[in-house]
Amino acid sequence: MGFETVLIANRGEIARRIIRTARALGLRTVAVYSEPDASAPHVREADDAFALGGAAPGESYLDAGKLLAAAEATGCDAVHPGYGFLSENGAFAASCEAAGLVFVGPPAPAIDAMGNKAAARKLMAAAGVPCVPGYDGDDRADAALREAASAVGYPLMVKAAAGGGGRGMRVVPGPELLDDALALARAESRAAFGSDELILERAIVDARHVEIQVMADAHGAVIHLGERDCSIQRRHQKIIEEAPCPVLDGALRERMGKAAVTAARAIDYRGAGTVEFLLDADGAFYFLEMNTRLQVEHPVTEAVTGLDLVALQFRVAAGYPLGVAQEDVRISGHAIEARLYAEDAAKDFLPASGPVYDWRAPAGEGIRVDAGIDSGFEVSPFYDPLLAKIIAWGETRDEARRRLREALGATVCFGLTTNRDFLIAVADHPVFAAGEATTRFLDDNDLTAAAAGPPAPEALALGAVIDHILARDDARARAVGVAAELLDWHSGGAGESRCRYGGNELLRVRPDGDHRYAVSLGDHR
Amino acid sequence: MSTVSRVPAAGPEFTANRSEMLGLVDRLRALEGRAAALSERRRDRFEQRGQLLPRERLAQLLDPGMPFLELYNLCNFLVDDPDPDTSVPGGNMITGIGFVSGVRCLIFVDDSGISAGAATTQSVSKALGVLDIALRQKLPLIHLVESAGANLMNYAVEMWANGGGMFHGLAKLSAAGIPTLVVLHGPSTAGGAYQPGMSDYVIGVKRNGMAALAGAALVRAATGEVASDAELGGSEMHASTSGLVEYLAEDDAHGLAIARDVIARLDWNRHCPAPRRAPFEPPGHDPEELAGVVPVDYRRPYDIREILLRIVDGSSFTEFKAGYGPQTICAQASVMGQACGIIGNNGPIDPNGATKAAQFMQLCDQAGTPLVFLNNTTGYMVGTAYEQGGMIKHGAKMIQAVTNVRVPKISFYIGASFGAGNYGMCGFAYRPDFLFTWPNAMTGVMGGEQAALTMDMVARGAAKRRGLSPDEGQLAAQREAITAHFDRQSDAFYTSGRCLDHGMIDPRDTRRVLGFVLETCGEARARSVNPNSFGVARL
Repeated sequence: MGFETVLIANRGEIARRIIRTARALGLRTVAVYSEPDASAPHVREADDAFALGGAAPGESYLDAGKLLAAAEATGCDAVHPGYGFLSENGAFAASCEAAGLVFVGPPAPAIDAMGNKAAARKLMAAAGVPCVPGYDGDDRADAALREAASAVGYPLMVKAAAGGGGRGMRVVPGPELLDDALALARAESRAAFGSDELILERAIVDARHVEIQVMADAHGAVIHLGERDCSIQRRHQKIIEEAPCPVLDGALRERMGKAAVTAARAIDYRGAGTVEFLLDADGAFYFLEMNTRLQVEHPVTEAVTGLDLVALQFRVAAGYPLGVAQEDVRISGHAIEARLYAEDAAKDFLPASGPVYDWRAPAGEGIRVDAGIDSGFEVSPFYDPLLAKIIAWGETRDEARRRLREALGATVCFGLTTNRDFLIAVADHPVFAAGEATTRFLDDNDLTAAAAGPPAPEALALGAVIDHILARDDARARAVGVAAELLDWHSGGAGESRCRYGGNELLRVRPDGDHRYAVSLGDHR
Repeated sequence: MSTVSRVPAAGPEFTANRSEMLGLVDRLRALEGRAAALSERRRDRFEQRGQLLPRERLAQLLDPGMPFLELYNLCNFLVDDPDPDTSVPGGNMITGIGFVSGVRCLIFVDDSGISAGAATTQSVSKALGVLDIALRQKLPLIHLVESAGANLMNYAVEMWANGGGMFHGLAKLSAAGIPTLVVLHGPSTAGGAYQPGMSDYVIGVKRNGMAALAGAALVRAATGEVASDAELGGSEMHASTSGLVEYLAEDDAHGLAIARDVIARLDWNRHCPAPRRAPFEPPGHDPEELAGVVPVDYRRPYDIREILLRIVDGSSFTEFKAGYGPQTICAQASVMGQACGIIGNNGPIDPNGATKAAQFMQLCDQAGTPLVFLNNTTGYMVGTAYEQGGMIKHGAKMIQAVTNVRVPKISFYIGASFGAGNYGMCGFAYRPDFLFTWPNAMTGVMGGEQAALTMDMVARGAAKRRGLSPDEGQLAAQREAITAHFDRQSDAFYTSGRCLDHGMIDPRDTRRVLGFVLETCGEARARSVNPNSFGVARL
């Protein structure tokens, strides 16, 4: 059941991450790309690349027909879906198998079993996995939900039955707000998932989001690789993740791990998966959902276990036994991952797009960076604004946190607005530093003020001067001959250069003699 | 050979000179600022039309930080408006030599912020002057066009007759194998329509760019046809229907980006091996001191070697025949690693000085060394001794030499440049490759005082012949009037306004200007071009 050539049906950092391990395993890799991604790093790094055309996901990375055609045209015998896009689409997994391609992921029925949140809850409850009290009855009409709501109790969560990623999800503090929440959640769910079926769950306040990584092979082995704490979330979007969870002890880890393994076994799981739980202050945990794919935050697990999850995925997909027993899994040290997004914390986290003039990833002891961009790449508005993940490992949690803080400070993504300073504000916050953050952390602490919005005028001015000098030296290199002492000189005494960064204000650089420059930004000087 | 400066850079004389000279430089900068400020006042109108101002266009066209040498910066000063407090210099255009995509180009920007870019009396001289420089120095010409043409209310037939030379010049450039490029930012009507018409590459800016032999008003008056400017000559029409526009731009900035791209794709510098440049040291004496070592009044003598020390590499030069005709200084030196022969004056030119200079010019011509003339002379010597010593004959040899040498000639008016001495020292009519003036310079047939005294003598002689006694009051008034009449016309601001040089510079920039133009001339001579007989036609 071996394979030699893998189609990587994804983009950005995860495509590069998969290419890296595939290479190490001697596999040939084929990248796919949309029109705006033609010059993306993942395209260059693969052995072969196939143009999907189109820009919006629906006409590129979500178009199963195009992906299967790409696999055929480039002689692939396996498909790795990464995360997002078609990674949790059972129909796509099935059509890969039907086309004779090994799908590097769970079997289609396992995906489908977890795909519907309501069905999954029932299945898990039946298998003995603890679930949040809630309602997932067949009658999904508003009247039935209203009645059920009083039984579930407030505060509660209204969730899209088909959902994920925070969309179609609303917290309802009391009964008077239920009708509005139902209407909004239905509309969002319909728009996002094409289904307006909703379920209700008790909202567990002051909880931590703790998830267990599981791995299963085709020979009946199911193990877990410990947990990740993903409590730092903004509107259910994870921002910072870590392993291990600061409050988990060995016994609780054992219990949660067992629950996760039970969940995986219940659906005949294979490959890498993640079982998500809410952990309340009393140590009680409740099943949330299972993600039947590789997670964005898998590197923290890799950092503390020393395992390569993508390599394990390939091994299991090829039909080999896992080769790692539960007792072989050792958690060593602590790892924290921060997600660098192209978004403006000062403008309600509005996604940003545009060219990255200069990308410099941090490096150092214990630092790993999985980036989807490089200098000169233009970030398009069509896809998830995740630019890079910065992962720091340390002997202790605080060492990892300090290394992460340093690495974020050394990260340069010039030209594009990012959440870097917001991430630094989180890493510096005493509650996070003490390991006490729950999912309410960002609701309780407004860190947007601490995170600078647009770049400081001084930084822009410095950038403009650097660009001026680079452009000048480039022009001089192309010229026939210009003496150095003539540079930055206009006989009229008034030469200036002009530049703009990503729609920002006009910057004017005026040489002031003796290697000094005056920079005007709008009205500032 | 080392020469020691005798001017202490902190003495009272130096300080006084410097303060006077910098006063004149301030006046120059204020005049340049006057044109820029006037143009800036139209900002609202430009922004309403989605346009960049002319100086913004220039900044966006040029390579950041590369040098730019403005040409004819004082054009038309005191010509149409005799009032020095209000006259606007520039001739409603900004011209100079600068770099676009690493290519040394002649840049010509219509200053449409002033009188909509309409031509002034001296504008034609300026335009013809820069076209001539482009041809001689093999510089691609980039013209950013937006001009109302000539103001019909100020119509003068000469402007029309001479103005045809613009298109003659464009045709000659194209035939000489030197590309010409126009960015059509705004209107270019009537004669002006040939500006894009005669250029090799035309970039038309949508909505604002317009070229037509007659605009809507004239067409209606002449033929009764009602047509819009867009139909008659819009960029969009020319790009798709008439074929006048090669590249269509969304806006000014895009048009300039296309211009940079077109120039880059010429790969123009592959036709030019870099001229050899010797390693060099900067002058040991700071060029900044040039403002202090020269008295503003040319009648106060000083040693021209003080200037050499502050413009040549390492402050080092080799004097030629130092002891022969010593008032005329000839020296070999280099500027930014480029060899040159420099001729300067410490006063009038005598027969020995003239023959020495003529010989030196021939030697430089033989060696292919560019010549630099530092004009500081009241002219050739007069008087019996000099006439009998063959001043005419020797002066004529010098004028013949300066006319016929084949090497680049670069002149500076740094003090006096009077009479035939100006001719021998490569003045305006001797077609120097470049000629710049300092703000203190005085040029003319003779000094005002000299002229007044001459006319005084003539008047006294005439009175005597008629047996009358001279009217001293009238003579004094006449002397004053003649002095003023001559001095006003000798003043560098006046002559520069009449385009009798290529521009006025800050004396402290002399080394940079010289280094820059030597590079320009050196490049032109090293460059091979592909001339053709008729210029490139738009077929």
